[in-house]
Amino acid sequence: MNGKGGDEIVDILSGLALFADLTRPQLQAVSHTFDEEWFTEGQRILRQGFAGSNFYVILDGEAAVRIDGETRATLGRGDFFGEVSVLLGEPPTADVVALRPLRCIALGGPEIEQFLISYPRVMYRMLQAQARRLRNANRWRS
Amino acid sequence: MAELTRRPYPPGRYPVIVIGSGPGGLQMTYALRRLGVPHAVLSADAEPGGMFLRYPLFQRLNTWSKPFGPADRASRQYAWFDWNSLIADEAPLRSLVPQFMDGSSYFPSRTEMASGLAAFATRAGLEVRYGCRWEGTRRDGAEFVLVTSDGEYRCRFAVFAVGMAEPWIPPIPGLDAAPHYVKVMPARVYAGRRVFIVGKRNSAFEVADALLPWARLIVLASPRPPLLSVLAAGAGVRAKYLVPYEDHLLGGGVFVLEASIDRVERTADGWRVSTSGTHGGARTFDVDDVIVATGFTSPLGDLPALGVATFYHDRLPRMNPFWESTSLPGIFFAGTITQGAFGIRKHGGAGNSAGVAGFRHNAGVLAVHLADRLGVEMPRQTLRAEDVVPYLLAEATHAPELLNQKGYLARVVSLDRAQGIRDEGILPLAHFVDEAGADAVAIVVETDKDGQHHPTAYVRRGGQVTEHELPGDSMLNYEGGAHRAPLHAALGGLL
Repeated sequence: MNGKGGDEIVDILSGLALFADLTRPQLQAVSHTFDEEWFTEGQRILRQGFAGSNFYVILDGEAAVRIDGETRATLGRGDFFGEVSVLLGEPPTADVVALRPLRCIALGGPEIEQFLISYPRVMYRMLQAQARRLRNANRWRS
Repeated sequence: MAELTRRPYPPGRYPVIVIGSGPGGLQMTYALRRLGVPHAVLSADAEPGGMFLRYPLFQRLNTWSKPFGPADRASRQYAWFDWNSLIADEAPLRSLVPQFMDGSSYFPSRTEMASGLAAFATRAGLEVRYGCRWEGTRRDGAEFVLVTSDGEYRCRFAVFAVGMAEPWIPPIPGLDAAPHYVKVMPARVYAGRRVFIVGKRNSAFEVADALLPWARLIVLASPRPPLLSVLAAGAGVRAKYLVPYEDHLLGGGVFVLEASIDRVERTADGWRVSTSGTHGGARTFDVDDVIVATGFTSPLGDLPALGVATFYHDRLPRMNPFWESTSLPGIFFAGTITQGAFGIRKHGGAGNSAGVAGFRHNAGVLAVHLADRLGVEMPRQTLRAEDVVPYLLAEATHAPELLNQKGYLARVVSLDRAQGIRDEGILPLAHFVDEAGADAVAIVVETDKDGQHHPTAYVRRGGQVTEHELPGDSMLNYEGGAHRAPLHAALGGLL
């Protein structure tokens, strides 16, 4: 069961790096803009090769990133996914699969651009996270 | 009342029990009966109609029923042009709502809608045990026991079509003292008054629209900008309600604000509302009236305590693509509650299950699913190989299930060499793409990121599903060569 409080999602969001710079009214706006979505164990959230995927931020649970069935990474609370596919307008190159009950907030792909423009601090945090991923990928490669 | 003198479905054991006599419950019992699935229908109400006996408050729906749509009124495809009538296989039961409309609008009035629903129940001979209130639920082995005001019922599957029409008020200090949308008074009562409406979805704009000729000042506020249906696929504010927004843009005494509500207090002669702007700035409003238009919740009773997991502030159950509780198998949902199942949600779209237009089709799909689970033999039509492509494209062009439930419901044809080519009926796309199965094809209509519609075929071959987006068409006709060739190519080797 999730909690009863209307501000429960806002409370979670306030603890995530992606939204760390937002005021409480802005966090409320985020919680009204995104949809809460739950996935059961084994359920796919992103599907490799399918167009039109969305942007997800994990509130609770764990998910695997799988390419052709092989797990490449696991994601947990505060991690986000789907942004590369949305930003490039291309189908995701991996499945994202829930490893246990997974609670996310989701924003439809077509709404991402306007959202990021409205919240440049979120865009900056997202850029930082991407830079970190790129750095780590380069380290593995070298 | 006549309904109460001869009461069907006495307490006992039934394979399926449906709770509710709104459009969701009526469509469910109609579909189960057509398939020969024994069941009972119980309703606390005294007559059919559900929420349409009470809402919308200002009397006119925001979904169309075109009395003279492009398709013949008795045809299956007419359901795309008539979003409010329940669906039927028999022509005399089709498109009943338009038969009660007086021609002043193609949005039926609430009473026209209620008349259409009642006529459907009567003409189809649907039986409901009215005045029977579901009061509690427990499990007993593989069965559910439903405790009602008339006694105990037992079933293997329970379908809750109890609507999403109970007022929901967010936990904002003082807000619960203000009247909810459901307690709004006739518009003329607000003559010359300053009205603060909490919320910016359809019910908020519906109230604002009704108050335009009366209120002195109207403020609508919530943290995010209004989501307008003309710009967004999905649940936005319908264009029918956008006059208040236009007045806001013109500066005509209506203000549509992005602000969170901090608290609401009673004052000597009205209300004080304290807000924080989403993009900065605190502001206090002294007004004569506050109206809480923050939406509705579903009355799930003791189901959460029994193990039905919920989300969205406990307003909806978590469901699988067949609208079955993900945490308590055997508990299903029909009607507007099915909006909590999002499907694969391409480009953010999630079908149209919040309204009759979409959920009436869900009921038909659920009835077939329940029949399957109960072992009722479902005949499946076979197809010739050369007919598969034209059939799928005709469905994408005309099938009301695919047009009303874009991206959610699919026409599925199995292509198993051993079994032959068979029409598997209408199924949730999410089920098709994520479940194992024999070679098959599913076709849906989807809406892309620019709002353009087009068919997409999903082909399952050797256990792998691939996506094949087909082009759109400016006249929404997908039956020509421009669609046949790529669909043939996608099915290469399977026919």
